[in-house]
Amino acid sequence: MTRSNVALLALLVCFASLPLFGGAYALRLGTTACMYSILALSWNVVGGFAGYPSFATAAFFGFGAYMTGVLLNMGLPLLPSELLTLVASLLLNGLLGAVLLRLRGHYFAIASLSLVEVLRELVNNATDLTGGGMGLNIPLASGSGIMADAIFFFYAMWGLLLATAVVVVAVSMSKLGFGLSCIRQNETAAGMVGLNATLYKSIAFALSACFVSAAGGIYAAWVHYIDPSDVFDVLYSIEPIVMALMGGIGSPLGVVGGALLYFGLEEVVWRNYIQIHTGVLGVLIVLLLLFLPHGLTSLRPRILFRKVKHV
Amino acid sequence: MWVAQVLVNALVLGCLYACISIGFSLVWGVLNVINLIHGSFIVLGSYLAFGLYQSMSISPWYALIVAAPLFFVFGYLLQLLLLNRVINAPVLVTLTLTFGLDLILNNAMIYFFKADYRKLTLNPPMGSLSLFGVVVPVDRLIATVAALALTGLLYLLLRRLRVGRAIVAVRLDRDAAVLMGVNVKSIHAIAFGLGAALAGCAGVLMALIYPISPLTSSTFLGKAFVVCVLGGLGSVSGALAGGLLLALVEGVGTTFLGPEYATTLSFILLIIFLIVRPQGLLGRKGFE
Repeated sequence: MTRSNVALLALLVCFASLPLFGGAYALRLGTTACMYSILALSWNVVGGFAGYPSFATAAFFGFGAYMTGVLLNMGLPLLPSELLTLVASLLLNGLLGAVLLRLRGHYFAIASLSLVEVLRELVNNATDLTGGGMGLNIPLASGSGIMADAIFFFYAMWGLLLATAVVVVAVSMSKLGFGLSCIRQNETAAGMVGLNATLYKSIAFALSACFVSAAGGIYAAWVHYIDPSDVFDVLYSIEPIVMALMGGIGSPLGVVGGALLYFGLEEVVWRNYIQIHTGVLGVLIVLLLLFLPHGLTSLRPRILFRKVKHV
Repeated sequence: MWVAQVLVNALVLGCLYACISIGFSLVWGVLNVINLIHGSFIVLGSYLAFGLYQSMSISPWYALIVAAPLFFVFGYLLQLLLLNRVINAPVLVTLTLTFGLDLILNNAMIYFFKADYRKLTLNPPMGSLSLFGVVVPVDRLIATVAALALTGLLYLLLRRLRVGRAIVAVRLDRDAAVLMGVNVKSIHAIAFGLGAALAGCAGVLMALIYPISPLTSSTFLGKAFVVCVLGGLGSVSGALAGGLLLALVEGVGTTFLGPEYATTLSFILLIIFLIVRPQGLLGRKGFE
């Protein structure tokens, strides 16, 4: 295991001590930070390792939120509905990936983006099952006081984040991760040397979907109310990419660092400039892409002192 | 009779869809950039028409003349100063960059114009035409003709003018165009400016028909996506064919399934097209 992966797991374990010295608000922030990290880490599997520009994160998230929400409304407890959501998302997106990942570049980006639209419209129209545009109320899961609730959902999200991180690190060290980076560098050549690219890409797509769906499920149980324009918000697709870009695409530690940094910035901007927060996010994206395209992990002290070179 | 009405509606709507998408298609084809600001440009054009009509009662037809150069300069500068820096980067970078720019522009519009829906109502209203039981609103008809005229103008520009031939050359083969002495950076900026100008003009025309709000920009963008993929990328005729097909599918879908399924239907069609025929109905390499 590389040093940065050990550092990542250590960081996450330290994160578990948050309830010792934080109130309900800090726990709320912590839960959201864990959720963002799950989204960014998952995107990194298909966007970072395999190099496919996926904009489907919002589709996975909304799918998970609605599936768990509907199951909870049918009277199933939280844990089985979560597990069902995770497995369903894994299988469904494995199949979907086999179809969608035949596309490359711009076409794949557009197809993944329209996946969000299709799912949102389907949920909007299936009023009997999902409540349509009226949204879906979700029964309280535990209901034993504010603090107990906050701690419960924090640990639920944290546990999922830990599982995601372990899987992503395992993928990055395995034959699968090696195959994915071959696909990123040259898919045709990877196929020539006998790598089953379709299978690898489908697995990557499914892995990048299942944890996001489970996170959506926990989110639904946590906020008790979801509606299509909330959980299928296209920002859920863009934010993980921005986080990964901030931290440095490909490295799990960088991606989680980017997620935490992005979350901190968002919190400050939201709190102080609510009316222009999307504009500030836009400025952040533009500056990042123009001046720091390889993320913060590319910033090393010696770069600052290096002479300017023409390359 | 209703068959004729559905067909006429599809024809009118299809030309407007083509007008919405043609600038998007031009930018995608020539620059290889998925331009997510396109929807906000259209809305900004609508606000321009609305503002000119409300404050100085300048009719939207003249607003077209104001909008085109303004948006051209805006787009030209945007491409020259920002997008040209990352033009050769992978799709993830250019797409996310235009998304960031879209967030800025859209937030600015919400901040200055508020998110309320507004409507440009012509005084006196133009009424509607009725022929053999088929009803067409006159303002929609004129907007359609104007949309067709804009599309035709772009076609002529690309075919007849020197700069148009240079744009086509860059689209066909960037490296060869450089060898022939074409200034690619400037052509990129001109193409993006043209795309922005077409979006602004489309916005002026949309102001006559649809309510105006910054929140509608994603709807326009979605239509442009679908039209481009259906018709085939980067050609005027492709955009026209895609617009007509989309309008027809939406019209028929609305008639038989209900209006709530129209969007679902169009996006499912988009995904099917992407998988089965990614080059679109009239797709081939080359711009006219």
